[in-house]
Amino acid sequence: MSSKHLHANDDPPVTGGDWSRRGFLKTAAAATGGLVIAVYLPACSKPENAAQNAGPPKQVTANAWLRIGTDGQITVLCDRSEMGQGVYTALPTLIAEELGVAPSTIKVEIAPAGNEYVNKLLGVQGTGASTAVRDAWEKLRMAGAEARTRLIAAAAKDWGAPPQSCSVADGYVVFTSRRKSFGELAEAAAALPKPENVQLKGRNEWKYIGKPQRRLDTPAKVDGSAQFGIDVRLPGMLYAALAQPPELGASVKSFKADKAQGMPGVRQVVQTSSGVAVIADSWWQAYQARDALEIEWAPGANAKMTNASISAGLKAAAGGKGKDVRKDGDVDAALKSGKRFEQTYELPLLAHATLEPQNCTAEFRDDGCHIYVPTQVQQFAQNAAAQAAGLPPEKVFVHTTFLGGGFGRRLESDFIPAAVECAKAVSKPVKVLWSREDDMTHDKYRPPARNTLIAAFDAQKKLNAVKIHLVAPSITSRWAPAAVANGAIDPFSVEAAHNFPYAVPNVYVDYLQHEIGIDVGYWRSVSHALNCFAIESFMDELAYEAGADPYEFRRNMLDKEARWQMVVDTAARKAGWGHAPSGHYHGIAAMSGYDTYLAQVAEISVQGKQLQVHRIVCAIDCGQMVNPGIVEAQAEGSILFGLTAALFSEINIAGGRVKEKNFDDYRMLRINEAPQIEVYVVNSTEKPGGMGEPATALVAPAVCNAIYAATRKRLRTLPIAKQGFTV
Amino acid sequence: MIKLTINGQAQDVDVAGDTPLLWVLRDTLGLTGTKFGCGKALCGACTVHIDGAPMRSCITPVEAVAGKSITTIEGLSSNRSHPVQQAWIELDVPQCGYCQSGQIMSAAALLANNPKPSDADIDSAMSGNICRCGTYLRIRKAIHRAAELTGTSKGSG
Repeated sequence: MSSKHLHANDDPPVTGGDWSRRGFLKTAAAATGGLVIAVYLPACSKPENAAQNAGPPKQVTANAWLRIGTDGQITVLCDRSEMGQGVYTALPTLIAEELGVAPSTIKVEIAPAGNEYVNKLLGVQGTGASTAVRDAWEKLRMAGAEARTRLIAAAAKDWGAPPQSCSVADGYVVFTSRRKSFGELAEAAAALPKPENVQLKGRNEWKYIGKPQRRLDTPAKVDGSAQFGIDVRLPGMLYAALAQPPELGASVKSFKADKAQGMPGVRQVVQTSSGVAVIADSWWQAYQARDALEIEWAPGANAKMTNASISAGLKAAAGGKGKDVRKDGDVDAALKSGKRFEQTYELPLLAHATLEPQNCTAEFRDDGCHIYVPTQVQQFAQNAAAQAAGLPPEKVFVHTTFLGGGFGRRLESDFIPAAVECAKAVSKPVKVLWSREDDMTHDKYRPPARNTLIAAFDAQKKLNAVKIHLVAPSITSRWAPAAVANGAIDPFSVEAAHNFPYAVPNVYVDYLQHEIGIDVGYWRSVSHALNCFAIESFMDELAYEAGADPYEFRRNMLDKEARWQMVVDTAARKAGWGHAPSGHYHGIAAMSGYDTYLAQVAEISVQGKQLQVHRIVCAIDCGQMVNPGIVEAQAEGSILFGLTAALFSEINIAGGRVKEKNFDDYRMLRINEAPQIEVYVVNSTEKPGGMGEPATALVAPAVCNAIYAATRKRLRTLPIAKQGFTV
Repeated sequence: MIKLTINGQAQDVDVAGDTPLLWVLRDTLGLTGTKFGCGKALCGACTVHIDGAPMRSCITPVEAVAGKSITTIEGLSSNRSHPVQQAWIELDVPQCGYCQSGQIMSAAALLANNPKPSDADIDSAMSGNICRCGTYLRIRKAIHRAAELTGTSKGSG
């Protein structure tokens, strides 16, 4: 084997290298408003192109998302972070469709931080809340259509042909027997005034949207060349391991670094805003020396915190009244008459446990501070680094790598300042990497919740009132306080409850914010998972109270909700509801979130204490799909993510310290434990719904409802492994 | 100096002998395809082949593999042509992709010993590799597909 196999990748890394270009583009875009500038970028040329042409191809910027080289190469700037959910493929597909080129011919780069990339559904440049395709749907197709309109106009002008008689195909503008390549036309197209009449292609013209398309990032993810944050390597770079307070909220009182300083490879020990960092020639050396630090920690406000104290706090708070989220009819009056039924559901803290531990690499250059980081939120990362660097945000350049899992963890920027502080202290690039234990014990955990539901039936045994009292911390009040200023309700606390779909005359939902003293974070599907567990478990309980079949009970109250009813019917039919194999039991749950409608049926068996989840059937209406394979993969992955949490997951706190440290005590579902999953996507031409998260939230209630069907034991808290079952 | 043979090439590395192989690969040699997930052989992200057998490089001291043949994801093939890589591409297995080097190395080692693995064989060989994105169902399909591809290429000579 030749030596090149040590660096096996003949193609350049997909997101690696060439960082300067992005910084340049950002500057150029800022200077010109990001429109129609011809940019000469020697760094873009491939050697073979340079050999063929007189000079390297010019890159013509059509808009913030699109560049066309004079060699015809189309580059799309993907303004969302790729963390497995497929934006690196789905977003370029929208542009490719309008340009009439195959997505596989497009080069993708992850966009820098910039106002033009703000996600209109989030109000910040961020990848979260399953918004990427929903935000991009019009915007990126318009970006592609605008470029197509320009290219056609340039060719038509050149030929003296009517633009409406020209079309695009495979990178050419075509008119009768004549054609010109996009590369030939790029500069002339960019010089034209902004077109006024830009038309999107009709649905019947689509060749790529909604059709099977391979992911564009797969090749780099099967040969080790995909660059994650942890893989960034810069000339002269040092590595740091960070000691953070074992007790959440504690701080450094004093420390001695003499022993650590004398250990092999150690360059410097630096106190950072979040702890003490050991900087060394390799991460292993830094990590070994970190254990030799003698640190005295000053206890903080959480020194006596335990799971029990958090739970007691929620219970005490729950007696209060929250803010009105929804009010149909008069619930209190309805609850006074008829048969009343009440239950409380409580969920634990959870860790995100992205497989790539948190990390960030920082470097100071003449133009400012560059950070190389797996982030879901580029401008927050920029601000965090700017503050640590003592620079204005525009002097911080954010280079987003692939993310080794996001799930909401990388909407946080807590792992960024230490890298900047270390790089500043040693005047060299520094990569700060957390160990698995650091990651597990310093997460922004999924908040706990204590939700109480009360219902009343009328004399005909029909459900007459449902009152939903949600009690949980508000993540948004920390993450984006302005969004919940002036008493606004955190929308990410009331998901799957505000839109309670069942036809009940009297519905009341309130949300009582109760903070627990530690930071909590967005966790895949956020409050959908908290609220769907309570509501869909409760609906199941009500069905049994009413002596009804849990599926029939739900569908009979959805007859005015066609999309809901369709997914509930589809899941039940495909699962064989009412005809479970001998010894197997079914449980059902339904939910709508992120403009997507879903229902799941879990099929389980229980032998003694041993629970086995055999099969999960999931029906989905996510509107128009961009990439069916990715939709299916997201459903499968979300279901296993939700199942892991339902079966195993709980973060325990004692003395303000997180007890779980690694995958031996924070268990992950493994391949031998994965049930059969069947995903059925309803054909739909509605606007696209999000698919990165919602399927996560239905798993716990579906499985717990099946457990009730099997055992008549109702689980109102999780994980299942702690409720008397072996899993 | 410790003498290593990595992806067929001799390498001398000047590191402490108890340094885990993972960090020698990643930080000393720049072979970053092998990933760090847990540091305790709990997740399989760091899986490499030592004389053909799958090993967790995060707990393997580098001195223990001196003189042995080490294969990383970068050396599995020069052009993604290994049947496991081909099957992974065909079925679009990866999501975030972070665990996939380890999954692929475990799968390649399985198929080298067992060209037609059953589901139970796959469970047994792959249960040490965590995928947080939940690509297990596609991994299972892709291993069966890779077995077919291997059979086909052998059959056609």
